[in-house]
Amino acid sequence: MSTHEFHSAVVPPQGIWWSPAGKQEKTWIAIAFVWCLVLFAMMPFWHFKGGQNPSGIRYRVTPEAYEARVARFVQEYQVGEEGGMPMVAPPPGADVYLVGRQWQWYPALKLKKGVQYTLHLSSADVNHGFSLYPVNLNFQVIPGYDYGLRVVPNRSGDFRIICNEFCGIGHHLMVGKVLVED
Amino acid sequence: MSATLESLAQRFRRCPVTGLQVNRDSELLIQANAVVAVVAMLVGALAAIGLVLTRWQAVHLLPADQYYRYLTAHGLNMLIFWVIFFEMAVLYFAGPVVLGCRQPAPTLAWGAFALMVVGAGMVDWMVFTGNADVLFTSYPPLRAHPNYYLGVILFAVGALIAVSLFFASLVVAKKEKTYSGSVPLVTFGATTAAIIAVITLLHGAAVYIPTWLWSMDIGNIDPEVYRMVWWGLGHSSQQINVAAMVSVWYLLGGLTVGGVVLNEKVSRMAFVLYVLFISMASAHHLLVDPGMGSAWKIWNTSYAMYLAVLASMVHGFTVPAGIETGQRLRGYTNGLFEWLRKAPWSDPGFSGMWLSLVIFGFMGGITGVTLGTEQINIMAHNTLRVPGHFHTTVVGGTTLAFMAVTYYVLPLIFRKRVAFWGMARLQPFVFGGGIVAMALGMIFMGILGMPRRHWDSSFAGSPFPVELPPASELVQVLFGVGGLLAAVGALMFIAIAVVTVFFGKPVTEEAIKAGASGIPQGVLKLPAQVHTGEVAERQHREGVKGTVVLVAIFFVCFIVYYFTNWKMLSFLWKVG
Repeated sequence: MSTHEFHSAVVPPQGIWWSPAGKQEKTWIAIAFVWCLVLFAMMPFWHFKGGQNPSGIRYRVTPEAYEARVARFVQEYQVGEEGGMPMVAPPPGADVYLVGRQWQWYPALKLKKGVQYTLHLSSADVNHGFSLYPVNLNFQVIPGYDYGLRVVPNRSGDFRIICNEFCGIGHHLMVGKVLVED
Repeated sequence: MSATLESLAQRFRRCPVTGLQVNRDSELLIQANAVVAVVAMLVGALAAIGLVLTRWQAVHLLPADQYYRYLTAHGLNMLIFWVIFFEMAVLYFAGPVVLGCRQPAPTLAWGAFALMVVGAGMVDWMVFTGNADVLFTSYPPLRAHPNYYLGVILFAVGALIAVSLFFASLVVAKKEKTYSGSVPLVTFGATTAAIIAVITLLHGAAVYIPTWLWSMDIGNIDPEVYRMVWWGLGHSSQQINVAAMVSVWYLLGGLTVGGVVLNEKVSRMAFVLYVLFISMASAHHLLVDPGMGSAWKIWNTSYAMYLAVLASMVHGFTVPAGIETGQRLRGYTNGLFEWLRKAPWSDPGFSGMWLSLVIFGFMGGITGVTLGTEQINIMAHNTLRVPGHFHTTVVGGTTLAFMAVTYYVLPLIFRKRVAFWGMARLQPFVFGGGIVAMALGMIFMGILGMPRRHWDSSFAGSPFPVELPPASELVQVLFGVGGLLAAVGALMFIAIAVVTVFFGKPVTEEAIKAGASGIPQGVLKLPAQVHTGEVAERQHREGVKGTVVLVAIFFVCFIVYYFTNWKMLSFLWKVG
């Protein structure tokens, strides 16, 4: 019986190289495979048991139609003005319409802690990135698409919306505001 | 007829170190592609210095328009031009050189090279003249000059031709019987990289040709469809890098310490898994997009139940295990880690390869799988955690592996002694250390909520003031110092490569015999590439205890990092 042969990765293997793996390799592959299944299972699991999922209600919408919806929303629930921006306080459970434009998040929002809203996100022009700071909740905002996310603010405070998708030279100026009250 | 044969024979030389039959055409193509790759790296590295010194808010060097312009140039020159030109060199090596055959269609190969150079030149010209301030991803409706897209298309066509010539070399070598048995693992791995390159470049054609037309007002582009198809290019191209990098790990393991292939079947199957599942990774970028539902996101982001991750975890075992086995066969058999302690750490070919393996596995791999989880992506998308992650895969992993193999390409293909040898021994540590520090800084900045691709971390001039936590200043220092260190490491590499190529002393047989400086130890004395007999039999029985300990540590880190992120996620606002 011939002894075991080892060769490097630049040597062409001779004859049949389809041979059983060693015990250590087999064990590692088995562990790694089970781990991969765990990684996979966690995502559907979180849809059932977890509170943070990017599912949302998703529609196509033209930028014009969406802007009109935002205007109606502002008109209906505006309570003041801040930083040159209407401050809007929708009632609990309401549909909230936020639009990203070069270079502002419109309008400013006043929400209640522990209450669910459907937060609609879309863009009037190019891609934007909705990033709630400092909560670190991030969603892509794309012209032509309405992303309606059911959100429940879990603490009060004065939050910012940072744009985190490059949207042109004024990108860094694009900061919005969300006030959450008890 | 005999004259033709003779002229063909004259185009070969026998490599005195490896015994390979090297043909002159492939050798020149490798040299040309590698030189242009290094030039692209120089452009990318200079841009990187400007970027680091701008995002480091205490310095904040560049004005906004130049910051985004340099960022566009940095992405293209590093991620596309440096990496893909170098990969073309890898393919010309892994095909005709490793298999010892002639270069198929050398004139066409030079045509492909010319197309790539022209395409890259056009892109850089458009970017630096301010005609393409759209960043690397060029998401419509942001629009660049039509010549920008045309440049990318020319580059891709050139790359596609070069890749098809690699496939041709497999056929030529087989037909002309320049090797016996099966192709070596390095060539097999490069073949998977080439197949993934074809998949990638087809996505590129599918997205850039319509976008080019759209930039001339012909037709429409849906921004979401663009993102999906573009990432079929953007992410899949990173998997060319992974397959090429893993091939380089195997190659360097063999050249530096006589690392072996533990089991051909296992390593090859792992490469095949890359081919089968890799192009699904486009989804990693669309996890918080409005265009797709959760079932699509989960299935695709997981590469069909993480089978491509399984492939990387397999290589993560077999590569160090092959090195351990090689070292043990060379007599370093004491304890768990004598093989690692007594590895040739002063050989940049070895140290660069090992650092690449560790940085890619422990940082790049673990963070990548975690960020690519559907829900965890909610707290990471477009924050600095994302570039923090991919600088540990494509830079700390792929680029460092390519740098390491360059220290063997210079003496073996350019036949020059590596210049500044003392500096070369340090270079992988400087570059690797810098990248690790910079990426950690970026990851922490991202966890604090700081966006990527953003000129002003102080948000000055915005309608509402943004308060950053005091910790952000500290992690910015980590990021800034790390980034500068990495840039120094890159410039060291470029200086070494350029001076070696143009002014290096030749590698002669006398220089090898005398152990002259500038020749890595694997070239001075190539370790045995084949082992049989009693020693091999004993090693086969004893196995790789050290590697088992290493992968156990890796696995624990993975589990802890992964579930820590789920815990962090559970503190966010409820969203769904």
